[in-house]
Parts: sequence; C-alpha cells; structure tokens
Amino acid sequence: MIPFDTLVVDDVSRHFGRRRALSRVSFHAGRGTILGLLGPNGAGKSTLLAVLATLLRPSSGTVRYGGHDATARGASLRAAIGVLGHDLFLYPELTARENLEFFAGLYAVRDVRAAAQEALDQAGLADRADDGVAGFSRGMRQRLALERALIHRPRLLLLDEPFTGLDDASAAALGRRLLTLREGGAIVVLATHDLDIAERLLDRAIVLREGRLVETVDRPEALRSVYRSIMSRPDAASGFSRTDGA
Amino acid sequence: MFARIVWLVLRKDFTVEVRSLEIAYTTVFFAISCVLVFAFALVQEGRAPEGGAAGILWVAIAFAGTLALGRTFERERQSDTLRALLLAPAARPAIYVGKLLGIVALLLAAELLLVPLVAFLFQAPLLVRPGWLATVLLTGTIGFAAVGTLFAAMLVRARSRDVLLPVLLYPITVPVIIAGVRGTAALLQPEFDPGIIHFWLALLVCFDVVFVTLALWTFEPLMTD
Amino acid sequence: MPKWFTGAAVLCGLMFAVAPVLIANAPYESTMGLVQKIFYVHLPSAWVFLLSAIVCGVASVRFLFRGDPRQDRLAWAAAELVVLFGLVTLVTGPLWARKAWGTWWQWDVRLTSSLMGWMVAVAYLLLRKYGGPGSDKLGAGLALFGMANVPFVYISVNYWRTIHPATSVVPTLPSSFGVPLWFSAVTFLLLFVLLLRLRVRLQEQHAALDALYLSMDA
Repeated sequence: MIPFDTLVVDDVSRHFGRRRALSRVSFHAGRGTILGLLGPNGAGKSTLLAVLATLLRPSSGTVRYGGHDATARGASLRAAIGVLGHDLFLYPELTARENLEFFAGLYAVRDVRAAAQEALDQAGLADRADDGVAGFSRGMRQRLALERALIHRPRLLLLDEPFTGLDDASAAALGRRLLTLREGGAIVVLATHDLDIAERLLDRAIVLREGRLVETVDRPEALRSVYRSIMSRPDAASGFSRTDGA
Repeated sequence: MFARIVWLVLRKDFTVEVRSLEIAYTTVFFAISCVLVFAFALVQEGRAPEGGAAGILWVAIAFAGTLALGRTFERERQSDTLRALLLAPAARPAIYVGKLLGIVALLLAAELLLVPLVAFLFQAPLLVRPGWLATVLLTGTIGFAAVGTLFAAMLVRARSRDVLLPVLLYPITVPVIIAGVRGTAALLQPEFDPGIIHFWLALLVCFDVVFVTLALWTFEPLMTD
Repeated sequence: MPKWFTGAAVLCGLMFAVAPVLIANAPYESTMGLVQKIFYVHLPSAWVFLLSAIVCGVASVRFLFRGDPRQDRLAWAAAELVVLFGLVTLVTGPLWARKAWGTWWQWDVRLTSSLMGWMVAVAYLLLRKYGGPGSDKLGAGLALFGMANVPFVYISVNYWRTIHPATSVVPTLPSSFGVPLWFSAVTFLLLFVLLLRLRVRLQEQHAALDALYLSMDA
C-alpha cells in the first residue's frame, strides 16, 4: 500500500467518443477533508469518481496521490483507496460476514475474521451477520457496503450518492461515521446532490456542470446560495453537447 | 498470493451458486433441451446417424456453456461487483483464473449428466472408455471456457452483450468443437485407434495452453478502460 | 488525400479494364474449360483476403499494447477489407468447385479456414458497430485471438478432411497462364491499398470531427 495524504487532480479531461464527460477539472484535497462533488445528474460526478478510483484513465491531465501518478502504480494505489459505488458492490446471495471476509481477502487484510467482525460491529449488523444480504433493507445494505469499502482502512474514500434511499436515522449514522474518518485523517470524496447533507458535512465542495468545474466553495454555509445561482444560469455550451450521436 | 486470490474468487462463486443453483439448473435443463431438439431433428427409424451422438453432445456443451458464461457475468453486473473485483489490489489474471475454474467446474458437472443421457437416448457406447472420454471432455471444456471467460468478462461493459458473446465465441472455438467431436466419435468406433485420440488430445492441450496464456496476458489491458 | 491517390485510382481503374482482355486471351484450359478463368479473380482476391487479415491482426495487437489510435483505425479498415475480399473469395471458390469437384462446397481445409477467418472478421465488425463504448479494445482482443486461432483451425480441419489443390502449382504454371494471373494479383493489391487508404482516411476524419466537437465543448 502506498500511504498518501494529498489528492491532486490536475487538468483532467475524459471523453467517450465525442461526448466530453469531464472537461479540464482541477482541484486538490489534503488529509482530514470531506470534499463534496455537487451537480445535477450527468454532470460528470460518477466519471470523476471512476477516474479517482483508477478504473478510468483520463483522456488528458493527471491525478496524483501524494506524489504518485495513478497510471504508474495501479495495484498498490488501489490498496489505499476505498470505493462505495452507487450499486453497493455486495453479493446478495452471500451473508454479511461472507461479503466482508471475501473482500478483506481480496484486499489482503491480515486478520480477515477480526476485520470482518469489527466491520459488522461498526455497521450495527453483528446480530444479522450470518443472514443473506438479499433480505437486508436498503439502510442495512448501505451500512454494510460502507464498512466493506472501509475494510482495508483506505486513505482515500470515494462515495457515490451514499445518502440515497436512507431514512433520517441511517443518514445521521452515516454522517457521524464520515466525520470519524475525517478525524482519522482520511480524504473523503463524496458525490451528492443533497444540499442539506452537503451543508452539514462538507469542508469544501466543487460544483460540476456538464463535465466542467464551475465553482469551488470553501465555506459550507455559502453553498446553498452559490449552488442555486449556478443552477439557474443558462448554459451556452449545452447546444453542442446535446448533439452527440452516441 | 496469486493462488489465494484464485481460491477466494472460486470459493465465492461456488458459494453463490450453491445458494441459488440458478445457473446450474438452467444450464443443465437447457443442455437437455438441446439434446432433445437434435434428437427430433436427426433421429430416423429410432437411430441417430453414425457419429451423431458425439456431435450432439458437443453442440449441447457449447450452447449450454455460452448460456452459463453469460449468466455468470450477468450476476457480477447486478450490483456492479465485477467493478469491485477490478478495484481490489489483487492481480487481475488471478480473478480471471478463478472465474475460469468456476465455469469449467460447472460445465463438467453438466457433462456428468449429459453423457449418460446422450448415451441412453442414442444407444451410443459413450461409457465404454470412460478415462479417455473424461480426458477429451476436460481438455475441450477448458479450451472453450478459456476463450469464453475472457470474452464474457470483456463484454460486461459492452452493449448487446447477450448476442455478441456467441457471435464472437463460436468462430474462435471451432478447433475445440472439431477436436472434441472427432475425438469423442473415435471413442465410439468398434475398433479403437489410440493414434487418432492422441492426435485430437494433443491438439486440445495445445489449444488450452495457447489460449489460457493469451487470456492471462491480455486480461489486464482488456479490462482497463 | 495524398497526391498519389488519384493517380493510383486511375491506374487501378485502367488495370481493371485491361485485366478481362488479358484473361480472355489467356489460353483455354482443356479440362476445366471456361470455368478455369475464375481463377484469375479467385486466387488474387484470396491473397488480398489473407493480407488484410494479417494487417488487421498486427495492427490490433499493436493497438492493444500501445494504445495508439492510428493502429486501431488501420485494424478496423483492414477488417472491412477482410470481409469484402473474403466475400469475393468465398463466392468465386464454389463457382470453380462446382465444375472441378462436382459440388459447390467441400469441407476442405482452405475453404473451411477461410470461412472461419471471414466469420471472425464479420464478428469484429458487428462488435465495433453494436458494442458501444470500449469496443475498440474488445475488437483488438478478438483480432488477436482470431490470429492465434489460425494454425488450430488449419490443423484441425486438415486432419478432418481435405481435397483442395495445393498452392505449389502456381509458380510452375506456363507464362501464358501466369501473366494474366500476376497482372490480376497486382490489380487486386492496388485496389486493396486504395480502399485501405480510403477507409483509414474516413476513420481519421471521424476522429478529427470528434476532436472538433470536443474542442467546441471545452
């Protein structure tokens, strides 16, 4: 594992054919930061998360993890990154414990059993540990999926809309968990379009629209007014990006 | 390290399959349906044409194998778990080998049922030389699955993957089908000629070695976008 | 288009006009009769078919491991020509076979392996057309496997059955047969180069158009 404390995204673009999903995005984040990616659907949040997770190569530009380039060190970098995707990455046929132990094994965690037990306690699922995930509620799955993403204690955590479909209690619990991770010095990158959550949790936010970074917000309390004004702006470029034939 | 990842992926697939048995049941039943369709198409006056049993057996394996490959990777697509596998710091060829072994095991289990069924329905002496038959089936299945696993894995990201898998897979696996059918047919002959069997087995083993090596070599670049 | 293209296209057109005259004036082969003249089309197209397949395979492997989009464009263009010249080969072959062997199709080694190679190229084009984003890499993988498969198809079909005339007859043909044949081969080769250049050019323009869209967007 390569330990790193900074994430630097420098002029990253990614296109699919003639559709530009990301256009010259630059930002950085240091240790103990919760950084928000805000924007409407199709703004490029998921593409950006996939690039940060080393799953997608940028068409141009670089991502550096504490001085290491993503393309140079695929596997050892991935050992320090945790990802919670929109689809949760869980096998519904397996039990909670089996899911955790399988991924702990893939990430070469030293004591697989202890790590899985700790994750189950953390998720509040110790009493349901040996039940199939197929029978879990959305909230339980979400908590399990988060602990699965954290099982190897990553330095960088990437979350794609983690609050979708959660009730207030689960959302609050998830928020508290993210704040603990921040205390521990992790970098958390969180894609969301929920402004209430964003205001409470984020240290900084970047606002994406049509693949471009349109605003960086350093004060969470200013977020709401900034976001509103950006979303009400007419967009001149949309005429071109809608014409793709793909 | 490599072997541990292979074992983890294989054990995970096995557990998932034992819980649902979905792929096993559908694959086996589909294979049996294929055999019946061929029976109605080919059997005349209660007998299959000479050497027909070997062909029917291998066509059923190829068709059912395609179905099993598609379903196995569709399962990894459901909660985007293939992406989760690729996100892990594990060696990607190890993930390929784990998947390959799972498919081979599943197909061998299906063949365990298919062989007696074909022998029974077409009065073919398939079980006279069980050792040779097992070897031909094993090497042929590995060759088919080696190409199939790679193609099914890379098609997970593609559109129209359901129809593209057989379109890509069958032209490439023609040598496996020919060698499998001819090898099996040679076993059915009244006077046994080991020379013919040796030839087809050698071809199958070479195919397996070349294509597993190629798949291990190209899995990493093919799975990165 | 490069400067040579127009000249070469005119030359190719002239050669295609002259070739039938040469073929018609070539000696009348006694056993096969008129049907033998198919060979002046069949053999050259088969050679170019093979050449396209090699170009496609080599370019695909280079694209897969180096990621150079020019190699990908070359591979795609070559695959289209594999399908085109393969079709000519596979149509003219049976026409000749009907007279020579008394049957349209024989499962002999060269026919079968040509058919399989042609199928792989068609599968490649289907994948490129309907596979969606990322199908460039998948296509390269398919081409690589298709190339590796050639000896296996050849050996397996060969052992299975064979009656195709051996290629070794070509250099020993009397020059009266040979001249139209080689002329025809050069004509086909020229056509191959022209079409390949044309299709690569089309792909280049597609890529340039994509780049333009992207630059307008930025």
